[in-house]
Amino acid sequence: MNVIVCVKAVPDPKEICKIRIDPATKTLLRCDVPLVINPLDKNALEAALLLKEGRGASVTVISMGPPPAETIVKECMALGADRGILLSDRAFGGADAFATAYTLAGAIVKAGEYDLILCGMASSDGATEWVGPQIATFLGIPAVTMVRKFESQEGAAWRVLADWQNGYRRVEVRLPALLTITRDLNRPRALSFSGILKSRKKTIEQWGREFLDLPSEALGAKGSPTIVSEMSTVRNRRDVKMLRGTIEEKADQLVGLLAESGVL
Amino acid sequence: MSSFGPVWVIAEQSECAAEIVSLQLVGKARQLAEQLGVNCESVLLGSNLGGAVRDLLASGADRVYLADDPRLELYQPALYSEIICMLAEKWKPEIILMGSTFMGRELAPLVAARLRTGLAAHCTGLRLDRDNRLEQLIPAYGGLMSIVCPEKRPQMATVARGVFATPARDAQRKGEIVAVPVPEMGEPTVRTLEIVREPVSDGQLEDARVIVSGGAGAGSAEGWEAVRELCRELGAGLACTRPAVDAGWAPLESMIGQSGKMVSPEVYIGVGVSGEQQHMVGVVGAKLMIAVNNDPKSPVFEQVDLGVAEDCREFLPVLASKIRAYRESRKACV
Repeated sequence: MNVIVCVKAVPDPKEICKIRIDPATKTLLRCDVPLVINPLDKNALEAALLLKEGRGASVTVISMGPPPAETIVKECMALGADRGILLSDRAFGGADAFATAYTLAGAIVKAGEYDLILCGMASSDGATEWVGPQIATFLGIPAVTMVRKFESQEGAAWRVLADWQNGYRRVEVRLPALLTITRDLNRPRALSFSGILKSRKKTIEQWGREFLDLPSEALGAKGSPTIVSEMSTVRNRRDVKMLRGTIEEKADQLVGLLAESGVL
Repeated sequence: MSSFGPVWVIAEQSECAAEIVSLQLVGKARQLAEQLGVNCESVLLGSNLGGAVRDLLASGADRVYLADDPRLELYQPALYSEIICMLAEKWKPEIILMGSTFMGRELAPLVAARLRTGLAAHCTGLRLDRDNRLEQLIPAYGGLMSIVCPEKRPQMATVARGVFATPARDAQRKGEIVAVPVPEMGEPTVRTLEIVREPVSDGQLEDARVIVSGGAGAGSAEGWEAVRELCRELGAGLACTRPAVDAGWAPLESMIGQSGKMVSPEVYIGVGVSGEQQHMVGVVGAKLMIAVNNDPKSPVFEQVDLGVAEDCREFLPVLASKIRAYRESRKACV
């Protein structure tokens, strides 16, 4: 069984508030926030690694991103992935979800036979939830989004439970298929020292546009139906009153104000 | 004749009525359609849809494409996307809006990829620019991004419930209903077998008068317990930001913001939240906004009425005990 996991390098969610829009240039000030594996992609990788341990699946990780994203592919290898591919090329830059999905779908075809593609349900850096289902559309395979549980993983048709309003949806899906994963599915493992050592010998394949042999007008900013036309720094400003004094005094004032507003 | 196509809403039904977000989108689509000089239309798929059709017409749809068939009772990705793409290719809508519901979040990207067009996610504002292109506003990095889809049509966007107001109903409004046949497709590769409702444990956040929302500043599972405790003391709804979900302290259903719930409580108390736009846009028109954050320079303090610059892990237990004491003293008086 061949499992492909798509992972994204995202600015560390814990430090994301450091990233701001420059009011003058309307561009992003990244302030050296480190790149990490998108948290939900770790759940997708964990699901793949459990299939590796349970039934000897081979796990390939594919990421599209700038060269520094190599570190997160390395981390996936250290966690147990068998093969790591980084899609990095100026031609891929500025891609929206559509062009990203197109490029990843092209790489998946190039990577060989597959039975299952797993993605995190969304990326933490505020983009969309679209890449997973759109990869599936480009590959012509079924997709189930927001999978929280595997009910049956036997045979060619799996049964999964997916999030739904006030409950869940029971879905039957025929492999090969793409599933997007929620954090309820599993608990991602931590890096181990032996994993890091073992992964040192593994190399990461670096693929560019020429290798993928995709038309450049379908990639990156050129292949993206949407563009960011403007960035503004507006926000819902309110005039704040900061409470003063010791911690006790602040709590007293707040209790008074809450009582005044009628919620106590 | 306008050179633009109609504005569409892909509507949903739940419990014999149209979903609120579908009606809110019809209200918005009506405005956009009037500006463009085109029809406001809706597509409705499902089974036993009479009530929902009336809702859509009464809320402002000029025409409803209706596929009412037992095979469509449950959301079926292959059949639903096939019907919508077929209709879109025939009628060439200018704009397609969908609710950021569980269905919309899966169906919209499937449809957009097949139609080879762009799709903006969880917009918090929609308007036409000078060239009559749809400007789709999305909060990002302490500001707003405007997304446009300059060339491809339709322009597509998802929007959460609560972003737009529910339009007034006019039961006298008449509109056209166009019956859509269900295409014959082979054995589908993906099939919804059933949709199961689970008992909702807590009250709905959307209806809560007071909401306490915890973020990364809670620091640990133990710190989160203090957030919970404050919530219990206040009888408030417990909500959270993305980092709290990522840390495993709180369930995704309790996340407020652009890709979570939109709420409008009387009082919002953010503890250990940083004021990230993606979260803050989810709090619509709260009368009183309060924030607790250990960094006096945190952007959250620019967006609230009352600020407490303290570490929430130390402040919350003090506050909870003071609230308890206040309640006791009130009890003693009566």
